[in-house]
Amino acid sequence: MSILIDAETTFIVQGITGREAVNLTRECLDYGSGAKVVGGVTPGRLGRDVHGVPVFDTVAQAVEHHGAPIDGSVVTVPPAFTKDAVFEAIENGVKLIVIVTERIPRRDVAEMVELAALRGARIIGPNCLGIIVPDVIKMGGIGGPAKNAAQAYTPGPIGVISRSGGMTTEMSSTLSAAGLGQSTAVSIGGDAIIGSSYAELMPLFEADAQTEGIVIYTEPGGRMEAELAGWVTEHSSRLPVVAFMAGRFMDEMPGMSFGHAGTIVEGKEDTASEKIARLAQAGISVAERIEDIPEMIRSKISERSRAGGVSA
Amino acid sequence: MRFFEFEAREIVKRAGIPVTDFGFATSREAAKEAAERIGGSVVIKSQVLTGGRMKAGGVKFADTPEEAAAHAEDILALEIGGHMPRGVLVDPKAEVEQEYYAGVVWDGLRKQPVMLFSDMGGIDIEQVAEEHPDHVGRGHFSTLLPVSDFQAKQVIAQTGVSGSPLNRITPILTRLARLFLEHDLTLAEINPLGRLKDGSFVALDAHMDIENEARGRHAKLLADLGVGPEETRQAREATPFELAGEEVDATDHRGVAGNVTEFDGNLGLVIGAGGGSLTLFDAVRAHGGKPANYCEIGGNPSVAKTCGLAKLVLGKPGVEQIAVMMSIVSNTRVDIVARGVIKACLELGFDPSEKIAIFRIPGAWEEEGFKILEKYGVDYADRSVSLNEAARRAVEKIQGVAA
Repeated sequence: MSILIDAETTFIVQGITGREAVNLTRECLDYGSGAKVVGGVTPGRLGRDVHGVPVFDTVAQAVEHHGAPIDGSVVTVPPAFTKDAVFEAIENGVKLIVIVTERIPRRDVAEMVELAALRGARIIGPNCLGIIVPDVIKMGGIGGPAKNAAQAYTPGPIGVISRSGGMTTEMSSTLSAAGLGQSTAVSIGGDAIIGSSYAELMPLFEADAQTEGIVIYTEPGGRMEAELAGWVTEHSSRLPVVAFMAGRFMDEMPGMSFGHAGTIVEGKEDTASEKIARLAQAGISVAERIEDIPEMIRSKISERSRAGGVSA
Repeated sequence: MRFFEFEAREIVKRAGIPVTDFGFATSREAAKEAAERIGGSVVIKSQVLTGGRMKAGGVKFADTPEEAAAHAEDILALEIGGHMPRGVLVDPKAEVEQEYYAGVVWDGLRKQPVMLFSDMGGIDIEQVAEEHPDHVGRGHFSTLLPVSDFQAKQVIAQTGVSGSPLNRITPILTRLARLFLEHDLTLAEINPLGRLKDGSFVALDAHMDIENEARGRHAKLLADLGVGPEETRQAREATPFELAGEEVDATDHRGVAGNVTEFDGNLGLVIGAGGGSLTLFDAVRAHGGKPANYCEIGGNPSVAKTCGLAKLVLGKPGVEQIAVMMSIVSNTRVDIVARGVIKACLELGFDPSEKIAIFRIPGAWEEEGFKILEKYGVDYADRSVSLNEAARRAVEKIQGVAA
């Protein structure tokens, strides 16, 4: 199985006529069994089509045309309009929203996340590449064109969660090369406030029978790793976790941001070394090099199954 | 972006929070005039974006306008932590009975802003939280619902403050919470918030950071405060090399080839994307390499832009070779980056096979890219070579060259 999406998931692309969105739509339609992209929205472009996907002025029109609730939306509109687009999706019953747009102010993100919580919707991102279930479906630009995505992602037992879109593919490719496929890979975004953190996705992976282990990519800044460490301990998770931490050099450069907006070392808890210590306390191994990840997660999975825990 | 104290105080004042009748001066004469206008004893405070002003001698007391002028002159010439002051703040010396702390920050985990309050002001809130946790009140608040007085009142009451102070501080903290949201701040602090002899409250110092991503929608406020669009106010001022990197990135709107940070090593880096750059920079250092710079390419930049960035890095004094490395790319094209870096070498009269220690970018259009690299004899690697291994090879090669 998978988390968040499967072959049956329907979604729209908001901002579908933008150059990046046109490519993204093509990629999603081509990948796996072909995503059910049931519509696109760009205000003022009603009646056009993008690779055969009908374009509407409003989300409400897309829902009406589809004749049933739409599961998800990939939001690619510019930062100044993102909040409104996400509100529109949520208020029209969309339950899973992948926000690709970057450089959205925190206040807008907090408002979107708060409305989503009120309506029982989930946000992935912003500043992310989306979700992929290898060989089945991808929602967002993750992995790129279908041909490239197929080269990096293979089906298997590992859940991947990453604050960097590109590194989601790099790590999955390394896992695939070592014979470890992925159940679902999620690019969660690199901003200071995001819709779904590691800890918030863990219950979904925990409930997914296909998933036997978790690999995460993380960076300095924020407290999300502490939250994950807390979750894993509190829930005696059946899933072993291996983390990779990039940006260790930033510990020497407080107050500066590199890579993603959320990476800034402001307090002691934000540093790479502090995060590694916290993760280790929760039994989460931190890999020094990406090529070490497959062996680490493999041995942790077999340790668990030998210990007679939940069968893996 | 951080505001200077005089700017932060102006924001506080506009929000209806009482402030002292302060003045801002950039010259000895202006400081004297401000002191004359204020009358009585004043405090002269250096306006720098760094801590430790007091210790460095950037805060001085004066009883007369002449004394104020003399102190202002000294402080205006005083560099603190590598920063020259923007000016001095001339503040009436207030008779403070007690100092409090009021602040608002984001909580990334709860995804909401949080009000903070303490009846032990004047020191770092982190220190109070550690040593006297019962003296710190906290309360998250909604970004969708209007901020209400009761929320601030609850936070203040947590510290045991009651009576007139509770009722007088409540609207101040509420207003601070509202202005935090309205101005897209990431930090809003009044510390200390002083209670005067007559029982009234006044903001004696304020710290504020506005989110860079939101600067566009606060153009009027920034213009009113005299903050130019070019002012980034990073922890460290941009070097000419870094500014040149920004220029390269601004040549066209296709993709990113910038975010340059200067270091003083001999290995130039043309790396990407966000997470890949962080990983690669760590890897180069782990193998004993000395990066000349940090940078990021991504989002499929044009050949011209990639070439511009590579030329900038290649032309940096002390750079012997460059390493061109990225995590697997899906929308950036390998062949475009390859063409850009080779063009940069050729235009500067270098042999690409000597100047490029390694090219490791697998992914979209890699066959085409690798063909170009082969033609010029550049050492390249596909996805079977890890980021770490690519970094190791680059470091080994440059150390061989240096030896």
